[in-house]
Amino acid sequence: MASIGETAFNVRSKNAGPFWVTVDIFCGDEAAFATITEQLSSEDVARLFQQPVETIKRFEIPNLHVVKFSLPRPVVQGDRFDRDMHGAQWAVLLAEHDLDASGGYTLGGDAPGKLTRVP
Amino acid sequence: MQQQNRDNTTTRILVPTGALGISFAEQAFARGVGAKPDIICVDGGSTDSGPYYLGAGTSKYSRAVTKAEWRQLMIARAEGDVPLVIGTCGTCGADASVDWMLSITREIAEELGQTVKVATLYSSQPVERVQDALRNGRIAPLTPAPDISEDSLGECTNIVALAGAEQINAALDTGADIVLAGRATDTAIVSALALRRGDHAGAAWHGAKIAECGALCSTEPTSGVILLDIDQEGFTVEPMAKDARCTPHSVSAHMLYENADPFILYEPGGYLDVTEARYHALDDRRVRVTGSHWAPSDQYTVKLEGARIGGYQTTIMAVLRDERYVADAREWIEKLHRFVTNEIEKRMALTPSGYDLEFRLIGVDSALGALETKPSNPAEIGVLGVITAPDAETASEIGKLINPYVLHYPLTQDEELPTFAFPYSPAQSERGALYEFCLNHVMILDDPMDAFRLEVIEVGHG
Repeated sequence: MASIGETAFNVRSKNAGPFWVTVDIFCGDEAAFATITEQLSSEDVARLFQQPVETIKRFEIPNLHVVKFSLPRPVVQGDRFDRDMHGAQWAVLLAEHDLDASGGYTLGGDAPGKLTRVP
Repeated sequence: MQQQNRDNTTTRILVPTGALGISFAEQAFARGVGAKPDIICVDGGSTDSGPYYLGAGTSKYSRAVTKAEWRQLMIARAEGDVPLVIGTCGTCGADASVDWMLSITREIAEELGQTVKVATLYSSQPVERVQDALRNGRIAPLTPAPDISEDSLGECTNIVALAGAEQINAALDTGADIVLAGRATDTAIVSALALRRGDHAGAAWHGAKIAECGALCSTEPTSGVILLDIDQEGFTVEPMAKDARCTPHSVSAHMLYENADPFILYEPGGYLDVTEARYHALDDRRVRVTGSHWAPSDQYTVKLEGARIGGYQTTIMAVLRDERYVADAREWIEKLHRFVTNEIEKRMALTPSGYDLEFRLIGVDSALGALETKPSNPAEIGVLGVITAPDAETASEIGKLINPYVLHYPLTQDEELPTFAFPYSPAQSERGALYEFCLNHVMILDDPMDAFRLEVIEVGHG
């Protein structure tokens, strides 16, 4: 079983303003993009961040081979309980997550190259 | 370089770096100046480093570095005789930071023998203005927004509104050589001139978003310098460092960066939609983008940022190296926490509701906390105690009270007192005020200048 970090070219995260964090998975090629979009569900991401799945915004960008997740920061930036001011270390939660072929999210019927927004 | 293909309707913008204070490649900057830009734009701030800078109204970067880089830009401005604009002066863009930047500008002008007309655009908001707006239903929350009230607004040490292109253009319209803008959107300072000249609005905002972080949109992110041409149909972006390249991938991928939504960007007066944008390589280093769309809004709103003091902090650190304590570090901090909570209540008559005390295990999960999934087997563990109390004296007192226990607390009753490693004396550090962001809202304005103030002065040798 391979992790997302082993499958993708790069996984990074960063604040998107003080109240949001965004994670970009640069899959690197079409095959990795297909694997990750199929085997990484928004529920997985919600579980890793211990946040309700309804708060996770998911973007699949086929022409960049990118899967992106944005969510309200589990702790607002700079709060007394914030442990990572820039939110950049959260990426490892996804990078170290093992992909699971049995479960997960499947691409809808959208035409290739079309933007898919999955709230 | 792009110079050859340029016509009169194109607006050429030079962005020397993603932020003043993080340096840029001098040769690349010289090439950019040689391309004869119509304007030089640089960002001076961000919320990225946390609420302290807005709360305290101070700059993250040193004055010396800021001055050295600003000096280079002021020399280039004088040589090219084009406007020079900085947005979000001094990290936070509060009025005091604009004045800080003005004092630096004044010094440099005098040292260089320049006479410079400077427009200062102030973005700080009097609390009463925001309270009035709240009372009149002219404040709207973004998602997620902290609860606010007139009282909570009154606790803010600084509130700023983010200026858009309209306010930047008002400053440029004064004929100023240099615009020192307070808090502004990163994109507004770059898009403003092109919008004023009637270039394609979608291209102006999209190009600005791509260029505002400097060379981050290229294959050499640290080289800094980017040249942006905005025209009637689209924009072209080119890095100025010789070995840097912009590719359709590097440019389009930049829309992901620090953006919750990679296709939609809200700005004062509307939003940018790049869903239909097309990225085309003109050659191996320039990218042409068309199809960006600007959707004007019915209401003109500006985003607000505010920070207040959430408490005062004291920290204390010990390092565990003893094998048994490293293995049982979690149990140790749990026992220690229970013990000192009791001591604080007994000796200071202070219950846990009156302060926060947290022990973080550095080497185990100090970055991710409860989200950590990876087991670790470190040789040593740093124990960082973080105390937050309503006033600095209480935080400091708690630090002093727990100090001997952080140093000596035993896992069991029947052992010789252990002594852990304190890395310094005193073991505790007084961190001062802990600021917190307390606004994620927009304010409705009838006129874009209603919440901003513009002044024009001449500095240097007359």
